[in-house]
Amino acid sequence: MSLLKYESQLREPLIDGDKNYHQVTEDIIGAVEIRPGRAWWIGLCIALALLLFGVYSVYREVAYGIGQWNVHRTVGWGWAITNFVWWIGIGHAGTLISAILLLFGQKWRTGVNRAAEAMTIFAVMCAGMFPIFHVGRVWVAFYLFPYPNSRGPVWPNFNSALLWDVFAVSTYFTISVLFWYTGLLPDVASLRDRAKTKFRKMFYGLCSFGWTGSTKHWQRQESLALVLAGLATPLVLSVHTVVSFDFATSVIPGWHTTIFPPYFVAGAVFSGFAMVQTLLLITRKILHLEDYVTYGHIEAMNKIILVTGSIVGCAYLSELFVSWYSMNTYEWWAYRENRANIFSPYGWAYYGMIFCNVISPQLFWSRKLRRNVTFTFFLAVLVNVGMWFERFVIFVTSIYRDYLPSSWATYYSPSIWEIGFYLGTFGLFFTCYFLFAKFFPVIAAAEIKAILKTSGENYKAKMSDLEEMDTNKFYTEEMEHAH
Amino acid sequence: MIKKFVVGSFEDEKVLFPAVKNVRRAGYKIHEVYTPFPIHGLDKALGLRETSLHTMGFIYGLLGTATAIGGMGWIFGVDWPLDIGGKPHFPLPAFIPIAFELTVLFSGVGMTWTFCWLCKMMPGVKKHHFNLRSTDDLMTMVIECTEHSNAGEIENFLKENGAIEINTQFAEEGWWFGRYDKDQKLYRTEEVGAVD
Repeated sequence: MSLLKYESQLREPLIDGDKNYHQVTEDIIGAVEIRPGRAWWIGLCIALALLLFGVYSVYREVAYGIGQWNVHRTVGWGWAITNFVWWIGIGHAGTLISAILLLFGQKWRTGVNRAAEAMTIFAVMCAGMFPIFHVGRVWVAFYLFPYPNSRGPVWPNFNSALLWDVFAVSTYFTISVLFWYTGLLPDVASLRDRAKTKFRKMFYGLCSFGWTGSTKHWQRQESLALVLAGLATPLVLSVHTVVSFDFATSVIPGWHTTIFPPYFVAGAVFSGFAMVQTLLLITRKILHLEDYVTYGHIEAMNKIILVTGSIVGCAYLSELFVSWYSMNTYEWWAYRENRANIFSPYGWAYYGMIFCNVISPQLFWSRKLRRNVTFTFFLAVLVNVGMWFERFVIFVTSIYRDYLPSSWATYYSPSIWEIGFYLGTFGLFFTCYFLFAKFFPVIAAAEIKAILKTSGENYKAKMSDLEEMDTNKFYTEEMEHAH
Repeated sequence: MIKKFVVGSFEDEKVLFPAVKNVRRAGYKIHEVYTPFPIHGLDKALGLRETSLHTMGFIYGLLGTATAIGGMGWIFGVDWPLDIGGKPHFPLPAFIPIAFELTVLFSGVGMTWTFCWLCKMMPGVKKHHFNLRSTDDLMTMVIECTEHSNAGEIENFLKENGAIEINTQFAEEGWWFGRYDKDQKLYRTEEVGAVD
C-alpha cells in the first residue's frame, strides 16, 4: 500500500528530498510557526505604505469627485477600467490551477494551488475596488444589486453587460473564497493541533471549524472539491467572457469584435500564471520551500505561459486582419492609425504590448530558460507589464480619438490620484499576501501528503528498484492493493 | 454521550488497510478513522456509504437557475416593465449570464453550507481529538467499546495488526461549543468512573 498508485518513472518527482509525512508537516506547517524574518517586515511595511497612499488617493476621489482623475468626455474609462480588467485577469490563475487542473488530474497543482487561490482572492478584491469607486458616488454603489427598494422600485437593467459583470465578479469571488477555505481547513487543523501558545490554539481552533480529519469528512470534502471544481471551471471562463462583453457588446471600433471572449480568457490565464510565478518564486525562497515548488512546477507553469502567450499573439494578429478584411473604415482606422502606427500618440503602448506578450515568452521554447528561476522571474514581471499594456491599448486607443476629429487633441494621461489608486491596490494585494503567508500555510500540506508516495523523490527511487526487479510481480501486487 | 474508546494509531496506510479489514472481520465496531490526508478507498474499506453531497449541489443549482430566471422575468415583465430600446420584456438570451452565475453561486454556497452542516463544522465548534498527530502523520483508528467488549483484548488485537500507539480513552462522541485554548469537557470525571 505504500505505493498506492503506479506512476511512471519518466515523470520527474514533484517533491524533492527525503521526506515522510511528518517532514512535510514540519516544512510547510512549521514555516508558519516561526517568527517572520526581516524580509517579511520590510515587505509588509512597503505594502502598507503603498496601501496608505492608495487610501488617500481614493479619499481624494470620493471627497472631490471623479474630476480628481484625468478621465474626460472622450476617454471616460481610463486607468480605472484598465486596472480592473488587469487585476481580474490575474485572478484567473488560481481557479484555473485548482479547478481545471484538478479535473485533469494534474498532480503538480498541489504544490502551487494554495498560493494561487489566495492570490486569486486578493486580486479580485483589488479589481473590485476600481468599478466601485469609478461609479462616482460610492456610497450608493449598492444600487447595482437588484433589491426591492422604495424608489419605485428602480431595478437594474438585466440586458446590460455591466450588470452581468457585477454578478460574475461577485460570484467568482464567493466561489473562490469557498474553494480556498474548504481546502485550507485540514491544514488549519494541523496548525491547531501543533499550537503551543494560548492565542494560536484559540485562533486556529476558531479557523479550523472543528475539523478532525475523519474518513467521512474527507470523503465529503473531496466530493465538495470535485463539484466546486466542476462549477468553477465554466465560471472562470465565464467571468472574463462577461468582462469582455463590457466592450464587445458596444459599437466602438476596436471593441466591437467577436474574438474578445476567448482572447480575454487566454490573456487572463497568461497574466495570472505570470503573477503566480512572481509570488511563488519569492515565497519558495523566503520560506525555504524549494523541495515543494520544484523546477518541474516552474517549468509546467512556464509552458502554460508560452501557450497562452502564443494564443494571445494569434488573437492580436487575427483582430488586425479582420479589421482590414471587414472593409469598415472606422474599424480599420482604429487598428491602423490608433494602434499599429508606431508614431501615433499611443504607438509605444501597442509595441510595448507586442514585445512583452508575444515576443518575450517565445524564449520559453528553450527548456534551459524554462527551468531558470531568475529568468522566469523577470519574464513573469515583463508579462504582467505587457498584459497591463494590452488592457490599456484595448481601452484607451479605441476611444481617445472620437468620431469627431475636434475631439482628437485629448491625449489622456493619468493624474497622480489615478496612479495612487493603482499603487494602493498593489499595497492591498501584497499586504493581504504577506499576512496570508504569515498566518496560513502557503502550500496545501494535506494534498502534498496524498501524493507523497507516488511523486516523492525518495519513494520514486524505491519504486524504480521494485519495478526493475520484477515488473509483473510489481504490477499485480500494486494493482491488488490499489483501491 | 460519553463513551469508552480504544485508540490505535498507524504509521503507514499499507498497514492500515489490512488492519481495517481484520478489525471489521473480528466484529469490532470502528467508530472512526482519522487521517492527515484523504486516503482513497478507505471509505469503501470501512463500508461507508457514498456521499450524496453532489446531489444536493445539483438541487441548489436548479434553485439558483429558477431564482434567476424567475426573478428577472418578474422584475422585467410584471413588477416594472420598462421599455429599453424596444427590447422584449423577457429576453432569455440576455438572462443567460446571470442565470448561470446564480446557478453556480447557489450550488457552491449551498453545498459548502451542507458540507459544514453534515460534518458539524463551524467556528466555535469543539470536538474530542483522539490523537493530535492524526492531523500530522498518523492514521488513528478509534474502536468503540460496548458492554460486551474487552478493552484489553482490543488493544492486543490492534497491536497484532501493526498499530504503533495504543491507548483507551473516555470521550464525548459529539461536538459542543468551546474554545481550543481551554480544557473544556461536557462531562465530569466522576461520570467517567461510573461508566468504567
